[in-house]
Amino acid sequence: MSTAADERNARAPWALTAPALMLFVGVLLIPLAMTVMLSFHDWGQYKGIEPVFILKNWHEIATDPYYAEMFWRTFRIAILTTLLTALLGAPEAYILNRMSGRWKSFFLLIILGPLLISVVARTLGWALLFGGNNGLVNKLLMSAGVIRSPIPFMFTETGMVVALAHVMMPFMVLSVWAALQRLNPQIENAAMSLGAGPVTIIRRIIMPQIVPGVLSGAIIVFSLSASAFATPAIIGGRRLKVAATLAYDEFLNTLNWPLGAAVATLLLVALVLIVVGSNALIERRYAEVFR
Amino acid sequence: MAYLELDRVAKQFGAQTVVDDFSLSVGKGEFISFLGPSGCGKTTTLQMIAGFLDPTRGAIRLEGKDLTAIHPAKRGLGIVFQSYALFPHMTAAENVAFGLEMRNVPRAERAERVRAALAMVGLAGYEDRHPRRMSGGQQQRVALARALVIKPSVLLLDEPLSNLDAKLREEMQIELRQIQRTIGTTTILVTHDQNEAMSLSDRIVVMSQGRIEQIGSPQETYEKPASAFVSQFLGKTNDFAATIDRTATPVRLVAGSWNAPAPAGLSGPVTVSIRPERIGFGDVGLGAKIVTRIFQGNHWLFQCDSECGPAIVIRQNDGTAPPAEGDAVRLVWRPEDMSVRARAGA
Ligand SMILES: Nc1ncnc2c1ncn2[C@@H]1O[C@H](COP(=O)(O)OP(=O)(O)OP(=O)(O)O)[C@@H](O)[C@H]1O
Ligand SMILES: [Mg+2]
Repeated sequence: MSTAADERNARAPWALTAPALMLFVGVLLIPLAMTVMLSFHDWGQYKGIEPVFILKNWHEIATDPYYAEMFWRTFRIAILTTLLTALLGAPEAYILNRMSGRWKSFFLLIILGPLLISVVARTLGWALLFGGNNGLVNKLLMSAGVIRSPIPFMFTETGMVVALAHVMMPFMVLSVWAALQRLNPQIENAAMSLGAGPVTIIRRIIMPQIVPGVLSGAIIVFSLSASAFATPAIIGGRRLKVAATLAYDEFLNTLNWPLGAAVATLLLVALVLIVVGSNALIERRYAEVFR
Repeated sequence: MAYLELDRVAKQFGAQTVVDDFSLSVGKGEFISFLGPSGCGKTTTLQMIAGFLDPTRGAIRLEGKDLTAIHPAKRGLGIVFQSYALFPHMTAAENVAFGLEMRNVPRAERAERVRAALAMVGLAGYEDRHPRRMSGGQQQRVALARALVIKPSVLLLDEPLSNLDAKLREEMQIELRQIQRTIGTTTILVTHDQNEAMSLSDRIVVMSQGRIEQIGSPQETYEKPASAFVSQFLGKTNDFAATIDRTATPVRLVAGSWNAPAPAGLSGPVTVSIRPERIGFGDVGLGAKIVTRIFQGNHWLFQCDSECGPAIVIRQNDGTAPPAEGDAVRLVWRPEDMSVRARAGA
């Protein structure tokens, strides 16, 4: 009697999560598994995809320095984007947090702005400012005599980092802001009453407490930047490829699906390892203080 | 004479006056409590002394020097916040050491003073704990040690005990008083708990809606409340409407069928307030009927319906038979146990 009830109780959670679980398996796990499998298939210009198990694609990625360079570029861009958002986003969040009501919501909207604008319009905006000789900023700087030749933006890593940092900024700001909200509102007064000046308060009291927020923001920004497609595709085009645009090209232009699948799988595995690893590190480092 | 002096201090937020005409002089080593209901401006006053808020009007002086001209970081006051505001990323010892570090106290001396401060609040051995892993009472002690270690000229405490449970609060009250007595720091405590104010302070400042209602020793404020607000706020009290009859000779104070010689200086309608424990049952006096009788161990609590409205009476449980519910009784009290005020609005 009781065992039957227990059994029913044990089954209930499964039954209740079944619909969501099925969706998860159907639209995520199965395609993912198929992509991984696809990366082991063969492909030829004339024969198309052959469902065999070979390591050709993986071997090519491992040995051809083109792929190594491209992956390094992807992560270099992601790291620089993360650094830039952290450097600008953390102070931005701090200032935002100190603003009074009306200004706060106005500037919050500005910070969220990039997320509300289509990637094409946003990137085109950057191109208008910096693109070639006719870019507004370039023209201005050149006529002012600050620079002699235009700062290159399109088809450069700098351009990608700047454009990515722009759209990733909200994630960093919001994540740091959440950490700031958890601060005791009197903590700055407490430090002040003990004799600390404004710089000391920020350096010794505020910064250490928002580090977890910066780090979690960094994880989000890093993984989104490393797997970003639209911004690198518009700015880098087919001249400056990153992992996501390369996989896209293999799928849709070269039609070498297995190779594209291998690139996509490698990107995914690398990202998961980096994110899980750094998350574990952060948790271990800050568990003592913030639990 | 006055060590800390507040001279007609006022604070406005926009059009709203939160503190008004606040004058107080605190002697060196004195323990003062600001007592009042929520929102009456206690924290605001404390924050003006601390320097986190600027007074709209008035002056604050410490040892004769204008305090408002000094930056909060340079005032050298010790503050314990209601929420403690400990630095969560620092250990207890680092928290306490922070103020000394800011004062460039040499490392060896710093360590020694931190150790002594933590020992004083009973936290020896907790040096390396982070605040999140301490109980509320322990955090409160760290906050106290952090404020005291810098040898502040004035210690400001903003409801430091309100987050603790009743038993711990009582323990901390005793401890706080002992520490304050030992080191003799001038202390201002903000509280809305009248028992806390009475058991800890040399003098109580009773506040209501941003104004001082009364300043006096705990006994004075309890036994000679200056206003109806004070007598209501400090424990239970009975207010009876009475009149002073100038036609009789000698002049008499009359409340229902109770009367006594009138005090000098008042006439017409007045309010008489008497603490419930000062009222007894007698043969002549204010007529009343007992509505409920509640046994509370060492005393009886009677709720009565008197000629002048509801009344509460507390009698020691001294073994004699108490009157029963429904009994008609006469309430009597000694003239010196009551306080008589002109009735407002009459
Ligand atoms: N920054 C502010 N702006 C506007 N009004 C304020 C501000 N700070 C406090 N007040 C108002 O001032 C009044 C007094 O506040 P205060 O914090 O001094 O009360 P309190 O006596 O400490 O109350 P409590 O016992 O609840 O802590 C309140 O009515 C509050 O709404
Ligand atoms: Mg308060």
